[in-house]
Amino acid sequence: MNTVALALAEAATLIARADAELTQIVLLSLKVSAASIVAATAIAMPLGAWLAVAAFPGRRAIVVALNALLGLPSVVVGLAVYLLLSRAGPLGAFGILFTPAAMVIAQAILVTPLIGALTRQAVSDAWQETREQLRSLGAGSLASALALLWDLRFSLVTVVLAGFGRAVSEVGAVMIVGGNIDGVTRVMTTAIALETSKGDLPLALGLGFVLLAIVLVVNALAYVIREAVQRRHA
Amino acid sequence: MLEPVPAPTHAPLLPLTLEGVGWAAGNQLLLADISAIVAPGSRTVVLGANGAGKSVLLRVCHGLLRPTTGSVRWNTPEVPGAPRRQAMVFQRPVLFRRSAMGNVTFALGLAGVARSERQDRARAALARVGLGALADRPARLLSGGEQQRLALARAWSLQPEVLFLDEPTANLDPGATREVEAVIEAIHRAGTKIVLVTHNLGQARRLGDEVLFLDRGRLVERAPVDRFFLQPASAEAAAFLEGELPWT
Repeated sequence: MNTVALALAEAATLIARADAELTQIVLLSLKVSAASIVAATAIAMPLGAWLAVAAFPGRRAIVVALNALLGLPSVVVGLAVYLLLSRAGPLGAFGILFTPAAMVIAQAILVTPLIGALTRQAVSDAWQETREQLRSLGAGSLASALALLWDLRFSLVTVVLAGFGRAVSEVGAVMIVGGNIDGVTRVMTTAIALETSKGDLPLALGLGFVLLAIVLVVNALAYVIREAVQRRHA
Repeated sequence: MLEPVPAPTHAPLLPLTLEGVGWAAGNQLLLADISAIVAPGSRTVVLGANGAGKSVLLRVCHGLLRPTTGSVRWNTPEVPGAPRRQAMVFQRPVLFRRSAMGNVTFALGLAGVARSERQDRARAALARVGLGALADRPARLLSGGEQQRLALARAWSLQPEVLFLDEPTANLDPGATREVEAVIEAIHRAGTKIVLVTHNLGQARRLGDEVLFLDRGRLVERAPVDRFFLQPASAEAAAFLEGELPWT
């Protein structure tokens, strides 16, 4: 109990004086997750919207597969990306294994199904209500998908934030493809795992608090946005 | 104040010819063997009890449902992908999370109207339905009557040759109903063919020139409004008129 109290106090000091190591780890975490979210959003949102609106054979199978991918274990993604990027792998020539770029790729792959599935669900619900009107106005699948993405823009911000929360708090994939190299690919989650096993509780706890705070802020943001929208657009 | 529908530079869309049109959901036949020619000009009211197939007929005409039997032919077939020359207003207005203005310019954009023209046309359309002052309001925060007038403005801005209306005042109070009816009247005077589904007999008399009466998916009677109400030719229509309260 005493150790925990001591560690807590030390963690607080680390955060309070913006410890250099801690800051670096936090910033890398945020950068990697943000980049992966941008990439995943760019791919998953148009795809999710199109899946909701278009009618073609095999669509249901794709939707089921997409929803199943929500449960994708992050270590499996890490392993797959590792194999792709390793020297002998098909993308080995790029030499990006154990770099932040590899971590961005792994997290993007991990989060794409989440953003895609949530987007598809949201657009699909809106499509039920608006489909006749959109078709009456002469909108095809593409125009309808884009119009609904715009119509749902505020709810979709919360989808992006959910994706960010998943990415920033994930450990398995970044550990495998990043390698948790001090000063290069060490992010909050991998650092916490390492420091805990080393017994350096203050840094682990300090990072844990920052991570919690970030996830909390992200969720608060999602909530505030939702509230604001309901007031503004009903 | 009224912006007339421009004389078509191409062959007119109307008349619309329905030949043996039927529509079934599963093995339930909701429309059966409807043949009619919908001519330009007069205001056509589609009457009938709930479940008579009025809304289905409207959707089949507008191309939202594909008839399971028979054919729906316009004088000039619509080209897929080309701007539509007909519009529809639904019982519950479907508005997007944009301003009132944004809802109209969105439709104009889909209809291929140049960006530079959209604002002016949208502003004019909103003014015509009395929403000029509310142009910048979020559409979904407007009252029910205002929302329906916005839906009408959006449809009108497209200068359709035919406007289908599916019980546009069913959810509105009498005041809002009057305003919506006035707008429909104005759209008609500006040269758009009106095809209106209602089960409000007062509205049918006020807004209709001719009646198409449906009963259980069949077109039972077609007559000028006055004659339909005074001397319905079919037993079904007579029973329907008797059953409905005449002053509603």
